Amino acid sequence: MTKYHLHTPLSEVDVEKLAAGDVVFLSGLLFTARDKAHALIRREGSPVSLDGAALYHCGPLILDKKVLSAGPTTSGRMARYTDEILGLGVRAIIGKGGLPGEPFRDRAVYLAYPGGCGAAAAEQLRVSGVHLPELGMAESIWVFEAAEFGPMIVAVDSHGKDLYLEVRRSARIGEED
Amino acid sequence: MRDRVVQATVRALQRAETTLPHWVLQRIQEAADRESRPLARQHLQFMLENVRIAGQTSLPLCQDTGLTIFHVKIGRDLSLDFCLSEAIAEGVRIATQKIPLRPNAVNPLTRKNSGDNTGPGMPDIILDYVDGRSLSITAFPKGAGSENMSLVGMLNPADDPFDFIVKTVAERAANACPPLFLGIGLGGSFDLAARLAKRALLNMPGNSQEELQLLERINSLGIGPMGLGGDTTALGIKIETAFCHTASLPVAINFQCWANRSATEIVQ
Repeated sequence: MTKYHLHTPLSEVDVEKLAAGDVVFLSGLLFTARDKAHALIRREGSPVSLDGAALYHCGPLILDKKVLSAGPTTSGRMARYTDEILGLGVRAIIGKGGLPGEPFRDRAVYLAYPGGCGAAAAEQLRVSGVHLPELGMAESIWVFEAAEFGPMIVAVDSHGKDLYLEVRRSARIGEED
Repeated sequence: MRDRVVQATVRALQRAETTLPHWVLQRIQEAADRESRPLARQHLQFMLENVRIAGQTSLPLCQDTGLTIFHVKIGRDLSLDFCLSEAIAEGVRIATQKIPLRPNAVNPLTRKNSGDNTGPGMPDIILDYVDGRSLSITAFPKGAGSENMSLVGMLNPADDPFDFIVKTVAERAANACPPLFLGIGLGGSFDLAARLAKRALLNMPGNSQEELQLLERINSLGIGPMGLGGDTTALGIKIETAFCHTASLPVAINFQCWANRSATEIVQ
C-alpha cells in the first residue's frame, strides 16, 4: 500500500503506477457528474473536455458557490456509461460502491472516497465553475478545485485488480444457489 | 401551536442533518476499536472525523440530506386546530433554505425537482397515538444510497427468511454505505412488511438472540466499511414482526447507511 499525492489532469503514467489498495490524495480540477449529466453527455456530448480528467460521482450541496457538503454518490447507477465516459479520456472515476472493473483495464482507475463523509470532503473542495446548471444542484457538472482530496482508495486499478470483487469472492457472493 | 410545530420541525431537521445520535456514534467507535483490518479502521475513524467537522461547522454531514421522513407521536388528549402535515411541510421548506438542505424531491416520471424537498406524499409522516397531551416529532432524513438497496421479498413459507436476508445484504451492502443498520419487517402483507422494516429502523436498537445471531452472520461476510473488506458490515439489526397469511412469508429489508440520522423535538 503506497500513498500518492497526485495532480489533475492525470497522465497515463499516473494511472499505470497505481495499484489496488493504494491511497491517493488528489489536487487540481475535479468534474462532478451523476445520472442526468451522464445521460446528457451520451445524447449531446460533454460540454467540457474530459481528457485526463478525474470525474467525481457526486451531487453536492452548494450555497452561493460555496461547497457545504460533497461526498460521493453510488457509482453503480452510472455503470452503463463507464465505457463511453472512459472513452472521452477520463483517467479516474471517483465514487463509492464500485463499478465493474473490465472497462478500466489499461486506461483508468476507480477511486473510492468514504461514503457519507460530505462535510469532510467539502473542506477539501472549492467551486471553480459549473456546467449544465439547468440540471439543478445535484445533477449539474460542478468544476471543483481540489486540495489534497482524500483519502481515496484505489479500488479498481488499470491492471485488472478489483478490491470489491475480491471482497465479494471471499464472502462467496453470487456463488450460492 | 402551529408555529411551534413548524419551528420544532426545523430544529429536528437541523440536528438530524448535522449530528448523529450518541448511541450511533458509540457503535461506530466500538467497531473502530475492534476492527482487525487497518483500512476498515481508517474508514470508521474518518467517518467519526466527518461527524466532528459537521458538528463544528453546523453543516450537513452528508450531501445527500435525504427524503424528509418524520415519525410523529401525538398525545390522544391533544386537539389540533390546524393541518399537522402542512405545518411539518412548512418546516421542511424553511429548513431547506436555512440549514440548508439539498433539494432532493422530484416527480417520479418527469423527474422535475420541486426545489424545496416537498411535493405530493412528501414529507412522509408516520403517525402514532400515545397517552397524554404532548407531541413529539422525530426527523429521520433518508438518503437514497441505502434506501435504493432495500427490498421486499414474498417468500415461500418453506424458505428460510434469515438466509434470504443474509444473501440480500451480501449482494447489496457495498452500495449502501456500510457499516449498515438494518430494519427487518417479517410477516404481514407486501406493504406491511415494508412499513415494519421502516419502523424497525425508527425503533432501533435491537438485541434479541435472533437479531444478534443475524448480525454475527452478516459481519462474518467480511464486506466491511464501504464494501472494501473488514469485520464490520452491520452495526445494528432490528426485527419487527406481524402475523402473516398461512400461505405467505413476506420479508422486507430496509437498509440504512452508517450515518443513521435522527433527532427528536418535543412540542409541549
